[in-house]
Amino acid sequence: MKDEPLLRVTSLSKSYGSRVGCNEVSFELWPGEVLAVVGESGSGKTTLLNCVSTRLPPSSGTVSYRMRDDAWRDLYRMSEAERRFLMRTDWGFVHQNSADGLRMTVSAGANVGERLMAIGDRHYGRIREAATDWLERVEIAEDRVDDQPRAFSGGMRQRLQIARNLVTSPRLIFMDEPTGGLDVSVQARLLDLLRGLVSELGLAAIVVTHDLAVARLLSHRMMVMKDGVVVETGLTDRVLDDPRQPYTQLLVSSILQV
Amino acid sequence: MREKDVTMATPLVVSSVGKSFTMHMRGSVRLGVVENVSFSLRAGECAVLGGPSGAGKSSIVKMLYGNYAVDTGQIIVSHHGELVDLAKADARVVIAIRRDTVGYVSQFLRTIPRVAAVDVVAEPLVSRGTGREKAEARARDMLRRLNLPERLWELPPATFSGGEQQRVNIARGFITDHPVLLLDEPTASLDAANRQVVTDMIAEKKRTGVALLGIFHDQEVREAVADRIIDVTEFAPREAAA
Repeated sequence: MKDEPLLRVTSLSKSYGSRVGCNEVSFELWPGEVLAVVGESGSGKTTLLNCVSTRLPPSSGTVSYRMRDDAWRDLYRMSEAERRFLMRTDWGFVHQNSADGLRMTVSAGANVGERLMAIGDRHYGRIREAATDWLERVEIAEDRVDDQPRAFSGGMRQRLQIARNLVTSPRLIFMDEPTGGLDVSVQARLLDLLRGLVSELGLAAIVVTHDLAVARLLSHRMMVMKDGVVVETGLTDRVLDDPRQPYTQLLVSSILQV
Repeated sequence: MREKDVTMATPLVVSSVGKSFTMHMRGSVRLGVVENVSFSLRAGECAVLGGPSGAGKSSIVKMLYGNYAVDTGQIIVSHHGELVDLAKADARVVIAIRRDTVGYVSQFLRTIPRVAAVDVVAEPLVSRGTGREKAEARARDMLRRLNLPERLWELPPATFSGGEQQRVNIARGFITDHPVLLLDEPTASLDAANRQVVTDMIAEKKRTGVALLGIFHDQEVREAVADRIIDVTEFAPREAAA
């Protein structure tokens, strides 16, 4: 593997009129690295995620990505078609609300197979086999392959989203509050699954979460955001065990101990 | 060549390390922890940090693992034959150092939901590329040696007793061949038989050339494993001039 970052974000800013979404954010993401972006509601973490993943054009700054041929591309200088292709193949996006990431009225198998068809696979047997295989890996029983996700529980829908995203062997996954709104036992199962898949597949990931326990479990490195600005960054356990900035100390000391 | 021999023989050099905490929620009061911490670790020795609680022993160990930030000074680690300053290394270098060079047995096990004890123990080997089956077999050997009942091996350690969790933690820390191993009270909640197992395991690490740094309140264990005591009270911060 080439020893270079996968993604390079430079001075990324987004404002909504006079209101700041995120301001002058820069970071690199390396292959296999999981970065957690934490902060409270309104801190700009989701704005940042959307700008980096080309879902929301930034006001200024650049996002560069190292393609599979090792060539660096400025994402906002690519054509719309190129960007869409990248999002469908090399990237995944796991939404907090599974309805944003799934097609609720087609079967689970088709939800997974669709990403393969989008990149040109036309062999029905192979697509179905890949879909079934991925559903099994996210612990969805084979007899649910033909069911629609609207008949699934919240935890199953999130696992289906993950299968749908990973079937094309992406190198980078974006996750927006992947465990938000799930019961704790369901969260634990999902986190365990994510943790295993990320390390097994060597995926790079950016995980936006307000839950510091999720950040501790999943991420190598952490960025703490407040009012659109990154206030502290570093190794996840360092930031959580020895927070330096006033805001990070406040966040860490506000966790309820069980 | 000669230089390499030296780095192999002294895998860790700490010089003039200082650490304080600034408590922003307490009116930004600054608490000095240690100052001017300087020592080195030789391959095959076990040095023990001595001094009363609150003297900063755990903080020193945590800095050496990159878990606490370092205010001043250097922590030079021989990592894959290169000298790296852990105090300034970026996150991914610290992660690589933890994977391959500096191991750590903390006082408490941080449990992960749904992960079985045997997998918790095998994980450091798997992350270094050992096949899962082989890693799990080694993990079982470690757990057997530490007398963890076999019926617990496939269970997540969250509900284990303190002593059982500690043994999982020790097995996880000792399973690899990291050249530097940090031990923060590994025997605190163990019975005499298991303390002896850990004492033997430390002696074996020394024989294979591992450099160990430990904190042991138990005097018997300390006397059995320590080659020398590093007195942490010598690193007490001077009273702040302000």
